[in-house]
Amino acid sequence: MQFPFLSVIVFTPLVAALIILTLPAQRKNLIRSVALAAATFDFLLSLWVYITYLTQGLSGYQFVEQYNWLPALGITLHFGVDGMSTPLILLTGVVMFTGVLISWGEERNGVSAGIQERPREFFAFLFILASGVFGVFASLDLFMLFFFYEIAVFPMYLLIVIWGWVVTREYAAMKLTLYLFVGSVISLVGALAMVWVAYQNTGVLSFDLLQLERAGFSAEFQRLWFLPVFLGFAVLGGIWPFHNWSPDGHVAAPTAVSMFHAGVLMKLGAFAALRVGIMLLPQGAKYWSWLILGLATVNVVYGAFIAFVQTDFKYVIGFSSVSHMGLVMMGFATLTREGLTGAGLQMFSHGVMTALFFAVVGMVYDRAHTRHIPDLGGFAKVMPYAAIGFIIGGLVSMGMPGFSGFIAEFPIFMGVWKTQWLIAVIAAISIVVTASYIMLIVGRVFFREMPEALAHHHIGDITPLDKLALVVLCLFMVGLGWFPGLMVPMVGRGVEYILRLLGGA
Amino acid sequence: MPVLFQSILPEILLLLLALVLFIFEPFWKGERPRSGWVTFYGLLLVMIASLLFGVPQGSQETFGGMIRLDWFAFLFKMLFIFGAALTALFFMDQEDLAHRGEAHLLLLAATLGMCLMASANDLVMLYLAIETTSIPLYVLAGFFLHEDASTEAGFKYLFFGALTSAVMLYGLSLLYGFAGTTSLPSLGAMFGAGQISLGVLLGILALIAVGLAFKVSVAPFHFWAPDVYHGAPTAVAGFLSTASKAAGFAVLMRFFLTAFPRAQIPWPLLLAILSALTMTIGNLLALPQTNLKRLLAYSSIAHAGYVLIGVVAATQLGLTSVIFYLIVYLITNLAAFGIVMVLGKRLGSDQVSAYNGLSRRSPWLALALLAAFLSLAGMPPFGGFVAKVFVFAAGVEAGYTWLVFVGVLNSIVGLYYYLNVMKYVYLYRLPGEDEEKHPIVLPRAPAIGLGVLLLGVILFGTVFAPWFGLSGQAAGGLF
Repeated sequence: MQFPFLSVIVFTPLVAALIILTLPAQRKNLIRSVALAAATFDFLLSLWVYITYLTQGLSGYQFVEQYNWLPALGITLHFGVDGMSTPLILLTGVVMFTGVLISWGEERNGVSAGIQERPREFFAFLFILASGVFGVFASLDLFMLFFFYEIAVFPMYLLIVIWGWVVTREYAAMKLTLYLFVGSVISLVGALAMVWVAYQNTGVLSFDLLQLERAGFSAEFQRLWFLPVFLGFAVLGGIWPFHNWSPDGHVAAPTAVSMFHAGVLMKLGAFAALRVGIMLLPQGAKYWSWLILGLATVNVVYGAFIAFVQTDFKYVIGFSSVSHMGLVMMGFATLTREGLTGAGLQMFSHGVMTALFFAVVGMVYDRAHTRHIPDLGGFAKVMPYAAIGFIIGGLVSMGMPGFSGFIAEFPIFMGVWKTQWLIAVIAAISIVVTASYIMLIVGRVFFREMPEALAHHHIGDITPLDKLALVVLCLFMVGLGWFPGLMVPMVGRGVEYILRLLGGA
Repeated sequence: MPVLFQSILPEILLLLLALVLFIFEPFWKGERPRSGWVTFYGLLLVMIASLLFGVPQGSQETFGGMIRLDWFAFLFKMLFIFGAALTALFFMDQEDLAHRGEAHLLLLAATLGMCLMASANDLVMLYLAIETTSIPLYVLAGFFLHEDASTEAGFKYLFFGALTSAVMLYGLSLLYGFAGTTSLPSLGAMFGAGQISLGVLLGILALIAVGLAFKVSVAPFHFWAPDVYHGAPTAVAGFLSTASKAAGFAVLMRFFLTAFPRAQIPWPLLLAILSALTMTIGNLLALPQTNLKRLLAYSSIAHAGYVLIGVVAATQLGLTSVIFYLIVYLITNLAAFGIVMVLGKRLGSDQVSAYNGLSRRSPWLALALLAAFLSLAGMPPFGGFVAKVFVFAAGVEAGYTWLVFVGVLNSIVGLYYYLNVMKYVYLYRLPGEDEEKHPIVLPRAPAIGLGVLLLGVILFGTVFAPWFGLSGQAAGGLF
């Protein structure tokens, strides 16, 4: 038997969380070391899975493991990754690794960066969350998908409420948790309906996604259930008008959690919407694609404009996430090869980019104690790494050629153009708006003279661990921009499979 | 062993245990809560002996059709004895209960009644069993004579109980009057043949439903629950909300499925309406609660509503999921009440604001409370998630999608108030104090109890196949 890579990836954070919980609370550095070791291990394993998939030119579901869990109801612990989910596994590995690095922080000169308060509970909850996220990306069983999906939701509440921004944390944490829970339980009802109808159609009771794909749901059934299932998950993907929790949640969360949240969790929603909504109910997807396309367009344009007018540094990034996730949904809604490929790439690219953005915002806030953009300035001099990182992220965000954003957004727009050119034109406005708010921020926060009030604070540079995290994140964005071959063919093969389910549309 | 003995083996052993306690308790002196340990170990022995010698082969009726021995009855008996054993552990942490032999005796008597409830196959037996269970529980609820709240709880429970019991008895007598038999299976056969008009049957059904709805605290007969749970000793409230409720559901399932064929009488629809009502009322009223015991009382009302979804489905999966849910619920809620009890004693209050800074004073208790509450809210990897999904799956399977939607929306409300408590535990702090300097240390008895229960909560949420299989086997006994 092959080494169970995926199970190890999924359960390592959970085991690490349990180990961390048993450590004494005062040994902060020991706790952090254990966390970092586990995160590094998982990062390397996910990289290994990715490289294997890439270099061996694999397609379809690989690294498959299947264990009977509840045979009476056809529930199995079924793991496997394809061209769509392999990059997301890698993404989670990257964000987990860099998130732990960023949270290490430091405590000197009045700067309290990273997580200094109760790191034991913090890393334990963060790792439980990570386990859930890995589990969803790897699951090929509907029951287990929900199982891990919910595991990824509830630690968020505690992470935000305990370590979040004092002003809004209680409100934002509850809002976020309830929004996500509402979405997921509504999807759950749809999923249960699917399982029973599949049972009636085929005589096999199974929660297995690969079985359900062949269940032959009637067109009527698909039309009825597509919207609840897709939108239920898309809440976590930040689709308009259910995006409201996301900027609030991002802003209230501590840095590493914002990274996780915008970088990975929103992909979780989009991925599940694709995996369960579109892939199991393809005819429903075709029927409703116009609606999804319309909502996503609002996301893209409206998100960009709202981001433009924000004066809080973190809210800008929060709304930019809403805007960029709109592009992912847009790519899905085209149901074309180009659109889906672009969406797959955008999930990875945006995940890395937004993790970097939130990391930099956190570094700035920890030292300046404000995120009000007019009060900031001159950070390029004191923390050059952060400035360069942010600029690279900004270029990705604008979709500049040579960065991962370009190879992701270009196909999406191509796909949208092919389906509905007018939407492509409208959505293209967002590129201009994005470019302007990114450049404004870069100019104000990093290159303007540092305001008097801040100059007194003796703001120092970021820690070497922070730098390492930024370098890792930038490497992925630049590497993917220069060598699209590292990911595009893989995602393309994943899209092949989806297109086959869609009936070669 | 002859079937006659086998069918009431747990009951015989419980009686023996009660006698041992009765005879030797007056001679036990000293600080150690001996009657508690004797009850706990005794109940464990009863359980082991029943598992060794009392396992049923197929379904059999004994004592002239009074008692039915099947997997359904057996599983529930084991569940009640388990719940009673854990409750005995918790008794030891409440001074006024720990050194009182009669409290343990009453606990055993109630457990004996519950065991009979699970296996009753005849109206007479059924009523006797219900009363055998209820009367000791009335006394236990009012056990703290020096506390007004407890006395009030006992009286209220007795008053409501007697009233609904009388209404139910009236229904039962009408049933006998019309049918001329008290045996559940013959009633079922008679109604199946359509010999009694539907209108009369529905009237009788409503009268009986009053009694059963009271036992499982289903709306609109839920009013007693918050006051009684609030006033009763916390360990007793835990037992009331779990084992007693499970016993009520056992009777409900047996009664409705055996005696009232669904084809003739539309009781699933009636129960579906009650279920939606119960969930919604329980959850909405739990929202403004600031007292943990009252909050758990309303949450336990809401849970009765979720369980009813499975009863409404009344399919093999539906009943399996109900039994699974009841097991998980018993474990989880006993844990929740256990934690509230040990904290109530040490913090001096059951108000949620007393829990400020708890996660610093006792990280493990805080985690335990988190696990129990998340399980109640239906979050993985705890048992509550799996149980809820099964119940909802059964509802969808039986075509009650609207009811399932009511259920999932309610579970969102539930999540809100459970998480709200966690905010006090994890976020808020005691003013001006270093909480780490005031750790909370648990004595052995409740620590063992909570450990076992939490292990169960996680076990049922992860490795659920064997338990699901057992529940399925038990549900098979009903058909």
